[in-house]
Amino acid sequence: MSAKAEPSQGSARATPEVARAGSSEFVRVEGVTKKFGSFTAVDDVSFSIDRGEIFSLLGGSGCGKTTILRMLAGFETPTRGRVWIDGQDMTDVPAYERPVNMMFQSYALFPHMSVEKNIGYGLKHEKMSKAQRGDRVREMLDLVQLTGLSERKPHQISGGQRQRVALARALARSPKLLLLDEPLAALDKKLREQTQFELMNIQDRTGVTFIVVTHDQEEAMTLSSRLAVMDKGRIMQVGTSTEIYEYPGNRQVAGFIGSINFFDARVIRRNGDLLRLDVPDLGGEVDAAAIDGVSSGDEVTLAVRPEKLVINRARPDETNRTLGTVEGLAYFGKDSLYRVRLPGGNLVSAMSVNSRRAGENERVADWEDQVWLSFAASSAIVLTS
Amino acid sequence: MNHRPVFLVTVLCFGFAFFYIPILSMIVYSFNGSRLATVWGGFSTKWYGELFNNRQIMRAALLSLKIALVSATFATILGTMAGIALARFRVFRGRTLFSGLVTAPLVMPEVITGIASLMLFILMARWIGWPSQRGFATVTLAHITFSMVFVTTIVQSRLAQTDASVEEAAIDLGSRPWQVMRDITLPIISPAILSGWLLAFTISLDDVVITNFTTGPGNTTLPILIWSKVKLGVTPDINALATITVTIVGIGVIVAGILLQRADKRRDRDARMAYRENL
Amino acid sequence: MSAAPTTLRRLRRWFNRKGWGQITIATPYIWLLALFLVPFVIVFAMSFATRTPTAPPFSFGGENPILNWENYRRLFTDTLYIRAYLTSIANAAMATVMCLLIGYPMALGIARSSRSWRNILLMLVILPFWTSFLLRVYAWMGLMGTNSWFNKLLTSFYNGIVPDDWALSYIPMMNTNFAVVLVTVYSYLPFMILPLYANLEKLDLQLDEAAMDLGSRPLRVFWDITLPQSIPGIIAGGMLVFIPASGELIIPSLVGSSSQPMIGRVISDEFASARDWPMASAVSVALLVLLVVPLMLYTHYESKAQRQAQKRAEEGQ
Repeated sequence: MSAKAEPSQGSARATPEVARAGSSEFVRVEGVTKKFGSFTAVDDVSFSIDRGEIFSLLGGSGCGKTTILRMLAGFETPTRGRVWIDGQDMTDVPAYERPVNMMFQSYALFPHMSVEKNIGYGLKHEKMSKAQRGDRVREMLDLVQLTGLSERKPHQISGGQRQRVALARALARSPKLLLLDEPLAALDKKLREQTQFELMNIQDRTGVTFIVVTHDQEEAMTLSSRLAVMDKGRIMQVGTSTEIYEYPGNRQVAGFIGSINFFDARVIRRNGDLLRLDVPDLGGEVDAAAIDGVSSGDEVTLAVRPEKLVINRARPDETNRTLGTVEGLAYFGKDSLYRVRLPGGNLVSAMSVNSRRAGENERVADWEDQVWLSFAASSAIVLTS
Repeated sequence: MNHRPVFLVTVLCFGFAFFYIPILSMIVYSFNGSRLATVWGGFSTKWYGELFNNRQIMRAALLSLKIALVSATFATILGTMAGIALARFRVFRGRTLFSGLVTAPLVMPEVITGIASLMLFILMARWIGWPSQRGFATVTLAHITFSMVFVTTIVQSRLAQTDASVEEAAIDLGSRPWQVMRDITLPIISPAILSGWLLAFTISLDDVVITNFTTGPGNTTLPILIWSKVKLGVTPDINALATITVTIVGIGVIVAGILLQRADKRRDRDARMAYRENL
Repeated sequence: MSAAPTTLRRLRRWFNRKGWGQITIATPYIWLLALFLVPFVIVFAMSFATRTPTAPPFSFGGENPILNWENYRRLFTDTLYIRAYLTSIANAAMATVMCLLIGYPMALGIARSSRSWRNILLMLVILPFWTSFLLRVYAWMGLMGTNSWFNKLLTSFYNGIVPDDWALSYIPMMNTNFAVVLVTVYSYLPFMILPLYANLEKLDLQLDEAAMDLGSRPLRVFWDITLPQSIPGIIAGGMLVFIPASGELIIPSLVGSSSQPMIGRVISDEFASARDWPMASAVSVALLVLLVVPLMLYTHYESKAQRQAQKRAEEGQ
C-alpha cells in the first residue's frame, strides 16, 4: 500500500528463495514500539500479513509476542508506530470497535454464563434478530462440535471443550482477524495434535486470518503459513517454516528452532555454488552451500542440524567428513541421538532414523565406537551473525 | 476506556473525605478554648491537661486495657483452636452446629448478646453462687466469647489458603499430627494469629454494649465512661480523648502498614533475584 | 507400681492418636456452647415467662406455665414494637443501600488501582475502623449540631438553592432518622468495602478484556461481567451492614429520634429500665427470627467463599 515501509533492523531478512507477492497485504504493523515504564517490551517491530494466512509469533516468555497481540486486539496502545488492519489505521481504535477477536490463553470464558451465552455474547452488539442470533450460535456450536453442551457452564466441561467454546465465541462475530494466544498450551499432548489440525481445518473453512502467539516451535511450524521468530522485543526473522528451519538468518534463530551444531569457520574461497571453508574443529576443509556477501578470509559460523549428520562405521564417500567417538546415545524409538566427541574436543549431536528394526547389538554405532560423521554440502548452513 | 477510572478516582476522593472530615473536625475542636464544644473560642490545649488530671478517666482506661489484654489472649487461643478445628478436621460430630456457633456471634446484634450474657450471669449467681458480683471477670468472659470468633474467621481463612501438602510432607517425615501443628502449621499462620489478637484486643477495648450489660458497679471501662458522658452531649475533653486515641491508632496502623509494605517489597525483590539466578 | 506409667503411656498414646484433635475441637466448642448457646436458650425460655416484681424479675407461672404466648401477643398488638421494627428495618435497609452505592465504586476503585496504591487505600479504609466506634459516632454529633461549621455550611448551601421563604437558620439533623442512617453508613462503610474488595480483587481482568474484545463498551462490560460476578461480595457486604445496623443500639441512642426508637433501644429499655426480662427476650427472639433469612444468606455465601478458597489452595499445589 504505502511505499515507505522501510526495512528496520529488527524486521524480516530475505532468505534465498523468498519471493512473495505482497499484493494482498491485510495486517501491517509498522515500526511499533511498546514501553512499560522503562522496560521496552516491543522494540521497533514491523511486519505484514496476507489475507487468509495463519501467521505465528514464536518466542520465549517475555519476548514481546503477547504484547504485539494485545496491541492488535486493542488492549494496549503502541508507544510509537502504527497498526493497520484491512487498510484502516487501527492504532487508536478501542478494542470494542475493532473487527478483531481474540482467543485468550486462559480462554477467559465467562464463568456465570452457559456455553451458549458465552458464544452468543459478542452477537448482542450486532444488529441481528433473536432468531438470527440463535442460528449463528447453533452454527458455531456445530462448527466446533459442541452441539449437545450448549446449556452447560464452563466449569462443567473439559479443557478441550472449553478451548473450543473460546474459539467459537471468538469466531461468532465473523472477525476479519482472529488472534490466538497460546491456543494449545493448556491441552495435553495428544489433544494438542488433534486440535492443531482442527484449527487449520476451521481456518480453511472460514477463511479468517489467524495470528497465533506461541512458545512451542513445533506448534508454530505445523500450524502456520509463515512465522516470525522473536527475542527481546525484536523480530529476528520472518518466513515459512521451511525457510526458518532450513535457512535460518542468524545463530540465534538457528539455535532457537530445533537443535543444531555450530562450528567456527573461515572462508577460503568461493567455488560457484559452494564455499570452501576451513573448519579446525572438523579437522580440515569442508564445502558448504554458498551465501552472498562473504569473501575470502571472513570469519563465519558453520551450522549443521543433527539429522543432516550421517553416522557411519565405514568411511563415507562424502568429502565433508570427520572421525569421532560415540560418547552418548539416546534411543527414542523412531530415531536415536548420538553424542560424538570430535578429535578437536567438540561434542556434536547426530540424529539417525531407525529405519530398520535392529536389536541392541546391531545398531549403527555403540558406546565408545569410532564412527565417521558426514554431511552434504547443500545441508550445511553458513551464518555471518 | 478512560471514563471509568476518572469516575472511580472521584468516588474514592469523596469517600475518603467522608471518612476523614469528621475525624479531622474532632481533632481541630479538641484544641478549642471554648467550653461550648461547637463554637470556636481560640486555640488551647487545656482539655488535654484536664484529661490527664482526671483520675476517673485514667482508672477507666487502665481497667479497659487490663480486660482487653486478658480477653484478647484467651480469645486468640480459643479462636485459633476453633479455626484449626474447622479448617483441618473436615468431619467431626456436631460440625454443623459448631460452624454455626462460630459465625453467629459475628452478626448477632450486640444488644441481644448483652442481655443474654447478663441473664446467664445472674442465673449462674443464683444457682451456683458465682459470679457473686459482676465486674472484671464477667466482662472478660463475655469479651472472650464474642471476640474469639473473629480470630477464628481470620485463622480459618488463612489456613484455607495454605497448602496442606506442607503438613503432609511433615507427617511423611515422621512427625505426629500435633507436632506438625506445633512445628509447621502454627508458624505458618502466625501472622494471622497476630492480627487475630490485635483485632480481639481492639474489639474488647472498643466495646460498649456488651460491657454495659455485663459490668457491675465500680467497674467502669473507658468506653462506658465516654458513653455516659457523650449521652449528655458534646464535651470538649472527649474531643481531646478522641484525638489521643486516633493519634495512637493512626501511628500504629501506619507503622504496621509500612512494615508490611516493606516486607512485601523485600519478598518481591528476593523472588526476582532468585528467578534471575535461575536463568 | 506399674499402674501409673501405664496410665501415662495410655494417655500419651491417646493424645498422639486422637486426643490432640479432640482437645482442639472440644475446648472452643464447649466454651461457645456454655457462653453463647446456653445464654440464647435462656433468652428463648425467658420469652415465655411472666414478669414478676421479684429478683430476678420473672416466673414461669400463670395459666400456661410452659408456653406463655402473652409476650408475643403483645409484640403484635402494641404498635410501639411494630413501629420500632419498621423503623429499624427501614433505617438499616436505607443505610445498606447507601453503603453499597458508596462502597461499591470505592471497592472497585481500590481493586483496580496499582498494587502499591491498593495497600495504602486499604489502610485508609481500615484506619477509622480501628479507632473507637463510639468516638466515630461522637464525631458526627459534633458535626450535626445546630451551631457546627458543617451544619452552617449545609444551611447556607440549602438557603442558596431554595426560595427565600423556605430559608432555615439551621438544618435539624440531630435526633432524626436521617442522622441514624448517615452515621450508620459512616460507621459500617468499611464492612461493605472490605468484602466487596476481596471479591472484586479476585476477578479475572481477562474476562473484561474478552468482553471488550467481543464488542462491549466499558459500562456494558461492568454490567455484564463485573457486576454478576460480584454478587457474593454484595451479599456478604450487605449482610454485614444490614444485620448489625438493624439491631444497633449506640447510634440511635446518641443521634436518633427518641419518639421513633429502633428495636435495639427497645430491647435495652425493656430490660434495663422497665426490668421486663420476658418482654425484652420476646422482642429479641422476634428480631432474630426477622434476621434469620439474611443470616442464613450470609452464612451460605460465606461458607461458599470459604470452600472456594480451600479448593483454590488445593488446586494450587
